[in-house]
Amino acid sequence: MEPYNKHESIAALMNRSNVDTDQIIPKQFLKKVERSGFGVHLFHDWRYNEDGSDNTEFELNKPAFKDAKILVVGDNFGCGSSREHAPWAIADYGFNTIISSSYADIFYNNCFKNSVLPIVVDKTTLATLMDEVSANEGVKFVVDLENQQVTTPAGNDFKFEVDHARKENLSKGLDDISLTLQQIDKIDQYEEKHKQSHPWLWV
Amino acid sequence: MKKTMYEKIWDSHFVVEAAGQAPLLYVDRHLMHEVTSPQAFEGLRLSNRKVRNPHSILATMDHCVPTKNRDLPIADPIAKKQIETMAKNCQDNNLNLYDMKNPNNGVIHIVVPEHGFVHPGMVVVCGDSHTATHGAFGALAFGIGTSEVEHVMATQTLPQQKSKTMLIQIDGELSKYASAKDIALAITGKIGTAGGTGHVIEYAGSAITNLSMEGRMTLCNMAIEAGARAGLVAPDQKTFDYLKGREFAPSGDNWDKALAYWKSLPSDDGAKFDTIITLNAADIEPQVTWGTSPEQVTGITSIVPAPEDFDDEIKRQACSNALNYMGLTAHTKITDIPVDLIFIGSCTNGRIEDFRIAAEMTKGTKVADNVTAIAVPGSYHVKKQAEDEGLDKIFIDAGWEWREPGCSMCLAMNGDELTAGQRSASTSNRNFEGRQGKGGRTHLVSPAMAAAAASAGHFVDIRTL
Repeated sequence: MEPYNKHESIAALMNRSNVDTDQIIPKQFLKKVERSGFGVHLFHDWRYNEDGSDNTEFELNKPAFKDAKILVVGDNFGCGSSREHAPWAIADYGFNTIISSSYADIFYNNCFKNSVLPIVVDKTTLATLMDEVSANEGVKFVVDLENQQVTTPAGNDFKFEVDHARKENLSKGLDDISLTLQQIDKIDQYEEKHKQSHPWLWV
Repeated sequence: MKKTMYEKIWDSHFVVEAAGQAPLLYVDRHLMHEVTSPQAFEGLRLSNRKVRNPHSILATMDHCVPTKNRDLPIADPIAKKQIETMAKNCQDNNLNLYDMKNPNNGVIHIVVPEHGFVHPGMVVVCGDSHTATHGAFGALAFGIGTSEVEHVMATQTLPQQKSKTMLIQIDGELSKYASAKDIALAITGKIGTAGGTGHVIEYAGSAITNLSMEGRMTLCNMAIEAGARAGLVAPDQKTFDYLKGREFAPSGDNWDKALAYWKSLPSDDGAKFDTIITLNAADIEPQVTWGTSPEQVTGITSIVPAPEDFDDEIKRQACSNALNYMGLTAHTKITDIPVDLIFIGSCTNGRIEDFRIAAEMTKGTKVADNVTAIAVPGSYHVKKQAEDEGLDKIFIDAGWEWREPGCSMCLAMNGDELTAGQRSASTSNRNFEGRQGKGGRTHLVSPAMAAAAASAGHFVDIRTL
């Protein structure tokens, strides 16, 4: 995985709540057997017109949000299905940071596996950030994972929480499986014990 | 210390917590389907890793499979490739796969219980959010992403943060024709789709213990729709009776050992939950969703709300968007909403009991003019059982289509879908925009409600029939 570095990027705004993974990446694009190439389908049903042209009404099609790496979005983002195609599409599109007041659990986990940082802020802060982006489309925020801080031109700076292990792995681009395999002796030991205590699972 | 069932399962599956890393939880069972696994197998191959415990895996094909003309090649070349990739991955790794032609084939969360593959006290994962279904057995079962599918194949563990616990206590008698589906929808209506975020729910109370195993599966299936990581019901005699004699259930001495363990699992009296919610079963009417989120739901005797009925600005906006998408006018009576298509099936409501109650409502009726009604059994076993009971004839005589098993219109990946503007009464689990087809309008209901709407052409209060 790519290490997550401090960056200054355009923040795009989607003032919608309960955006579900069916909207992030509709089911007709889940049939591929590869991990790549989902960005073009991100928010497909909102993003494109029937004839395949860009829907100019859709937020992310605004020229000011082109090249945005930060997505500021309403509460309960990523609810619904477990499809990792959602963060694959988000990352492939070019976002590496999401700012919202809450996320669905599975989606939140999936982001960290794909070098995407989902930042949780309280609802008041989110509203302030949304106001700042609305008032100044194309505004750039600085995201500093090491210091767990976001700074904005209007001074709506804030600190955010992130689990220590996730922060480490994201900032260094570490692969979870390699880390777990460092504990292989412990897994072997557990499994031996489990076979003794739960023999019916091993028939 | 008094423990909840969740804490007992967590403690017995805790492997290690390395410095600076999340705790590792051991995984007993890993369920698979064709959509969320191919990239995980590819990852294993690229890193030259092997599946650690092939016996822990059961795989099926369900999301992309056609529900008619199964003998013909799959028309969609991308779906065909995904199906072929699944078959090859299972063969290469020596995994038990119920492929499209296998008599055990069906929707993963239907076939797994049918074969007794999940037991109380297990940790169960699948690259599918409706894995929560298996909490009906008192197993900690939750959906994971594809990277985690690869992680479990390689290590048989997952790094996990401990969840908070939520007790949903429901006592009393359900009214006639109110079902587990109505309980699930009523809960989501009460706490919202983010209400359970960060929690594992345990369902308890007389209304829960009175449910059949199938009803408990329906209820736990939709724990994710309330935002929870998993749902749990304490195992009891019904659980044990259901499992006994099934293919992967313990037998002989192992049965007695397993049974003793299973009986130790229910939450201790006085165990502390982080959040407690109570509902009265008698208050739960047959439910109908009116919007584009499962929390936008109401009782059959109610009306479609107006944005101004909500105090919260976000909910007002969501209501306005939903009414617009759904083509509904505020304050329309739910019983005045017409339907175009009826779908009975899915991992939520594709079990034999679902078709029995739907057949009871359908018997002697005709599908209304301009309505299409399709019944999609959750598995070939459900299909056969229904046919042995003559249920297929009841549906067919009434003008329904009786299909082959699969996920079908629940997420409309296989070609079964709504056209723009079409309105469904569906026994599935999500009414998101476009879920059943771009521009399609979904109302989630129980099988009895769906069947009654098929002949009436609109929603009806089944308690008055």
